[in-house]
Amino acid sequence: MAVELEFTSKPRLISNVSDAWIMIKRSSTHILRNRDQLLGTFFQPIMFLVLFATVFGGAISKALPAGVSYLNFLMAGIIVQTIAFGSTTTAIAICNDLQKGIVDRFRSLPMNNLAVLTGHVISDLLRNLISMVVMVVTGLIIGFRPHADFLGWLAIIGLVLLFTLAFSWLSAIVGVYAKSVEAVQWLTFVIIFPLTFASSAFVPTDSMNHVLKTFAVNQPITQIVEAVRALILGTPLHNHGYLAVIWCLGIMAVSIPISSILFARRASN
Amino acid sequence: MEPSNNVIIAKDLQKSYGTNHVLKGIDITVERGTMLALLGPNGAGKTTTVRILSTLLKADKGTVTVEGYDIVRDADKVRTVIGLTGQSAAVDELLTGRENLVMMGQLYRLTPASAKARAQELLEDFDLVKAADRPAKTYSGGMRRRLDLAVSLIAAPPVIFLDEPTTGLDPRSRLSMWGIINDLKARGTTILLTTQYLEEADQLADRIVVIDGGKVIAEGTSSELKSKVGKDRLEISFKDAKTLDAATKKLGKAVVDTNDRDHSLTVVLNDTNNDLRKTLDSLDGSKLELTGMAVHKPTLDDVFLSLTGKAKVK
Repeated sequence: MAVELEFTSKPRLISNVSDAWIMIKRSSTHILRNRDQLLGTFFQPIMFLVLFATVFGGAISKALPAGVSYLNFLMAGIIVQTIAFGSTTTAIAICNDLQKGIVDRFRSLPMNNLAVLTGHVISDLLRNLISMVVMVVTGLIIGFRPHADFLGWLAIIGLVLLFTLAFSWLSAIVGVYAKSVEAVQWLTFVIIFPLTFASSAFVPTDSMNHVLKTFAVNQPITQIVEAVRALILGTPLHNHGYLAVIWCLGIMAVSIPISSILFARRASN
Repeated sequence: MEPSNNVIIAKDLQKSYGTNHVLKGIDITVERGTMLALLGPNGAGKTTTVRILSTLLKADKGTVTVEGYDIVRDADKVRTVIGLTGQSAAVDELLTGRENLVMMGQLYRLTPASAKARAQELLEDFDLVKAADRPAKTYSGGMRRRLDLAVSLIAAPPVIFLDEPTTGLDPRSRLSMWGIINDLKARGTTILLTTQYLEEADQLADRIVVIDGGKVIAEGTSSELKSKVGKDRLEISFKDAKTLDAATKKLGKAVVDTNDRDHSLTVVLNDTNNDLRKTLDSLDGSKLELTGMAVHKPTLDDVFLSLTGKAKVK
């Protein structure tokens, strides 16, 4: 061997951060190289936005407050829905890693293994930012007219990224738990589909029956949709802003330890 | 701790999944700078053993030290001195060969500059330079195994675990892999290799541990194992059945087997040198026409068959 090898010796905390950074770079590279998935990231939100706006626009706009167009109402819902469904990719990526044996490779290295999860979750922020930009630009083209100012947009982006983190960690539990990619797909589907549709994402909750409405107004997606919507329309936030933040932090407080413990257990079998 | 001459010491390894006892008390010792082959059929417990030794799996019972570090208490220390490759490890398919090497190097705590330089060196050594910047999923089976092995060598660990490194490879890729493994050994790396190919263990390893059903059923050098099973055999073939008959009569009870199809007989050589001469001397005067003659050494296939009583592994 001709090359002199130099090793770094960092304190554990710093080496954990650097492991996470290496894994974030890895997962981000995956996102940019996985062309099929990247196409989905572009076209799925466009499809949803255009379909919902044109198909439901006419019927639903009658139920909206005067002066609010369905497209302006819908945008917050579509953004949140796209992110919620997009979090499935975190689960798939983790499930793939566990199945293909690369997790064993990482475990045989002197690194912090949880960095594998952190890498997938954090890099999901990148993919969702792409989705969000695509949606907003498409919306502007077909008539979306937001009333948010600069600070309002910062708040929207912050809230959306926080929500992405929360749902990616939630999704990480499914990725670690499920035994196959197919299982990941239907498991996330049956969790996320009812959550997004039984919410104020696409229709005002006033139009729902009593039971459904009670569920809808008390679940996290509605809080986040309402907060983002208020910021977009420039209407009062009421308590939706902090309830959305609390929900997201709460989801993370539960799902980070659960997914980490499950990951450590699953990986060592 | 003073480095011992035994780099890997495993004592009484046991592992069960429910009522399925995969390992029933395995002892393994690997001396510094040598290669030990763990030989056995599918399901013998080879991969489980490697996963325990490389800190991936906890044993139910037993102790292991690698380079003096306990694999449970000092797992992180153990991970700095080992490399793992083969069926229980993998490479990242969407990253290029070079990216895989540099990433794993940094996770081994190499400085970025060291990781890059070492990656280039390994790509050259393993004939992967042309494919270095292509995603690993475009690699052929042989290239992938070479990358896999290169990745485990990125930090030049003194101990390497090779879990069935040539399973599924075509003969040419297998030969090239054997060359690489022999080079590693020549550089003083301590190697534990698992294989289900008797020939592979025979060709590469200094010592062989044969396991079956979670237990060690034999161990020693290749020639020790072979001599345990049997003696050399002399096979002589003749022109026709009549000549064979005559020769069989002449040699008497030394003949253990005759074959009418190719008119040959087999003699066991208890003492190869003397018995060979004696046999040929006694045939010499008779002018019987020989058409062929060969001395067969026992193969590891014979060893395995006689130890397990089961069909050959391969």
